[in-house]
Amino acid sequence: MNKEGQIRIPSGCAISGIFSRSGSRFDGERIIKSISTMHDRSNGLGGGFAGYGIYPDYKDYYAFHIFYDSTAAKEECEKLLDRRFDIINLSKIPTRKTNRITDEPLIWRYFVTPLPTKLSESQLDEDEFTTRCVIHINTKVPGAYVFSSGKNMGVFKAVGFPEDVGYFYRLEDYEGHCWTAHGRYPTNTPGWWGGAHPFALRDFSIVHNGEISSYDTNRRYIEMFGYRCTLLTDTEVITYIVDFLLRKRGLTLEETAQVIAAPFWSTIEKKPPEEQEILTYLRNTFSSLLITGPFSVLLGFSGGIMALNDRLKLRSMVIGEKDDMVYLASEECAIRVIAPELDRFWSPKGGEPAIFTLNGGENHAD
Amino acid sequence: MQIDYFYPEYEVVRNKEKCTRCGLCVSQCSNHVHSYSEEHRRMITDDAKCVNCHRCVCVCPVGALKITGSNHQFKHNANWSRRTIMEIYSQAETGGVLLSSMGNPKDMPVYWDKILINASQVTNPSIDPLREPMETKVFLGSKPASIERDENGRIRNNLPPHIALDVPILFSAMSYGSISLNAHASLVHAAVDLGTCYNSGEGGLHDDFYRYSANTIIQVASGRFGVHKEYLEAGAAIEIKMGQGAKPGIGGHLPGNKIVGEISKTRMIPEGSDAISPAPHHDIYSIEDLRQLVYSLKEATGYKKPIIVKVAAVHNIASIASGIARSGADIIALDGFRGGTGAAPTRIRDNVGIPIELALASVDERLRQEGIRGNVSLIAGGSIRNSADVVKALALGADAVYIATGALVALGCHLCRGCHSGTCNWGIATQDPALVSRLDPEEGRRRLVNLVSAWTHEIKEMMGGMGINSIEALTGNRLMLRGVGLNAKELEVLGIMHAGE
Repeated sequence: MNKEGQIRIPSGCAISGIFSRSGSRFDGERIIKSISTMHDRSNGLGGGFAGYGIYPDYKDYYAFHIFYDSTAAKEECEKLLDRRFDIINLSKIPTRKTNRITDEPLIWRYFVTPLPTKLSESQLDEDEFTTRCVIHINTKVPGAYVFSSGKNMGVFKAVGFPEDVGYFYRLEDYEGHCWTAHGRYPTNTPGWWGGAHPFALRDFSIVHNGEISSYDTNRRYIEMFGYRCTLLTDTEVITYIVDFLLRKRGLTLEETAQVIAAPFWSTIEKKPPEEQEILTYLRNTFSSLLITGPFSVLLGFSGGIMALNDRLKLRSMVIGEKDDMVYLASEECAIRVIAPELDRFWSPKGGEPAIFTLNGGENHAD
Repeated sequence: MQIDYFYPEYEVVRNKEKCTRCGLCVSQCSNHVHSYSEEHRRMITDDAKCVNCHRCVCVCPVGALKITGSNHQFKHNANWSRRTIMEIYSQAETGGVLLSSMGNPKDMPVYWDKILINASQVTNPSIDPLREPMETKVFLGSKPASIERDENGRIRNNLPPHIALDVPILFSAMSYGSISLNAHASLVHAAVDLGTCYNSGEGGLHDDFYRYSANTIIQVASGRFGVHKEYLEAGAAIEIKMGQGAKPGIGGHLPGNKIVGEISKTRMIPEGSDAISPAPHHDIYSIEDLRQLVYSLKEATGYKKPIIVKVAAVHNIASIASGIARSGADIIALDGFRGGTGAAPTRIRDNVGIPIELALASVDERLRQEGIRGNVSLIAGGSIRNSADVVKALALGADAVYIATGALVALGCHLCRGCHSGTCNWGIATQDPALVSRLDPEEGRRRLVNLVSAWTHEIKEMMGGMGINSIEALTGNRLMLRGVGLNAKELEVLGIMHAGE
């Protein structure tokens, strides 16, 4: 049977996120509790988590989490890493045996920084250098798969129900100010660990519920800019689009949302002329990055989180707030189970981003 | 005895019981097929003159007429068909080049008919266009390569000039001269109503139409007929016609019998002279010359109009398009080998060029491989016959499509393929005032608006089925297509999977 990358596999899903605006750190147990409430939205073929602020001691280094199918793949990949990066620390990622998670690959973690000579030779900035290296490993080194590559953040994922994945990775041992989680319901998969979500590129991580109908339009456009969609999943292409718009084109989060979940022309027509011009500009310039079809997405990044629904809100997503904490999930139950009393609870409109950032960040959901 | 005498290809069959000898068929047939014999007091038909345009059939008030193929035939021969033999007789007699009109009628592969469209089931909801917004607006032009901001951080509008269309369908170039003023009036008014553009073709622009500039694409072809500064400024975009799908490698040809009155004035050439466009543009012998013409036209019009370069689909079309995309052009129009014409050498029409489906797929893919797909928009033409063809063209990679033959059929054309004769009974491909007056521009406008509106409804239904609610998410979305009965190479060129995969 074909795995991700050889065939496109649609999935339904559950997503959940917890974010502390004050930056206070908490361990992974609450996010596990939240996502496990939506057990029925997953089918045991994929679960995962992203934690931000979890590696304070190594916060200036890229943390690579890598799956290896074999020691040969590990050796080849490490040789490649050695040539391009200074490896500050490496270790197996600690796991706990459970009969609900089986067939695990070798799972390693590296804290790295680009070798200054290689970096200057490449004429790239540090982020682009690292991005290209990750894409290179994932497309060119058989049996090696970098599934997390950001600074002071990490992705933990596996084939299984998300609560079992959290138990397996000992998430109670990590403390972060932001956690996202994903439970997968793929309709067709042999269960490959790399195919589980979140999908991450550097510090961007995406958990996503939906099946986008614009997939091939988006994929064929974004691949013009050096990205390679090797998994053929929605989440992967959305991550690349976000990276492209935010980092390579310098758009703001709001502008990025206006591209991928663009307002309808009928909505744009009612805006003041200046706003109309910009919205039209964005829709025209990035017409191939409009995402259609159902999706709800949580985008994690250094310093914040963004929630976004498709233009018609064809997937459920709700948000709750309590003091400095923000809770985001596919279903209300996943929030109430960890935060029964909320100051505010709402369902963001289709296409309208809800953005939360550290230190009294903004909220555009109203 | 005549070697090349052949019993006529068509027979006009008259139901004598129905016929009232009203004589309408006599007055309506510009080919003089019908006549009334006072002496014998009966209707006479000369089948040999019939081009099978159905005008008499449609006007006959009692439905007494039909046209059938005659069953007279040569001895069966799979290699030497009737058409092949007749063409030899004709050339042996005249020593001339065979001329034809409209698109290639030969039995060549129509890939549209071997491509199927997807729809959502279970994992992804279809969208109902009757209940949800379904957007078909498209912009054609080059996309900016970077975002610029002013001192306040606001995005600066650095978009190159574009044309905005409410539907992804434009009327393709047909010159005033090859078709009538009333046909042009029908097209331009329909374009206004539909929020799209029509194309002047290479014969200049009649004075009456200068006011519709927002819905007009004006064409500059190798003959430069009717080109002057006001003309260049009269369109929403300027199209450089490098080639035409029906006759790649040669220029346009309008016989002198169509160069009369207003046409002579509009084209800026004497009455009765043949208007023969040179095969190449004589200022474009290479890609760098094209770049100079593109920028000459931009300079002449103050960089306010997108420049379209129209090329015929030929074998190395992907490389050609890549060159054009780097030449400053904003839009490339690809014209496939089944595209129509008002007159073309038969051998060229039927044997030169490649199908639009393959050309479009390879061009779109090449431009993406080179990272320059954003430099240009793509318009595909050359036999788009219905709304499904439009959806498939967009999913293969087009931003919009050109239609022309379909538009003429909507105006009454019955595809008799006799445009070059100038005696079009439907008032379309003729300059005979009596014939032209048969085409009512208001009726033509209504029918064209109906046609494109109907297609747009169908496109929205198909988009909704795929779960797509905006047309830009369809462009290049090849995953929505599957081939049936195509071989591996064809699928590879089209960039689609086989049905069942």
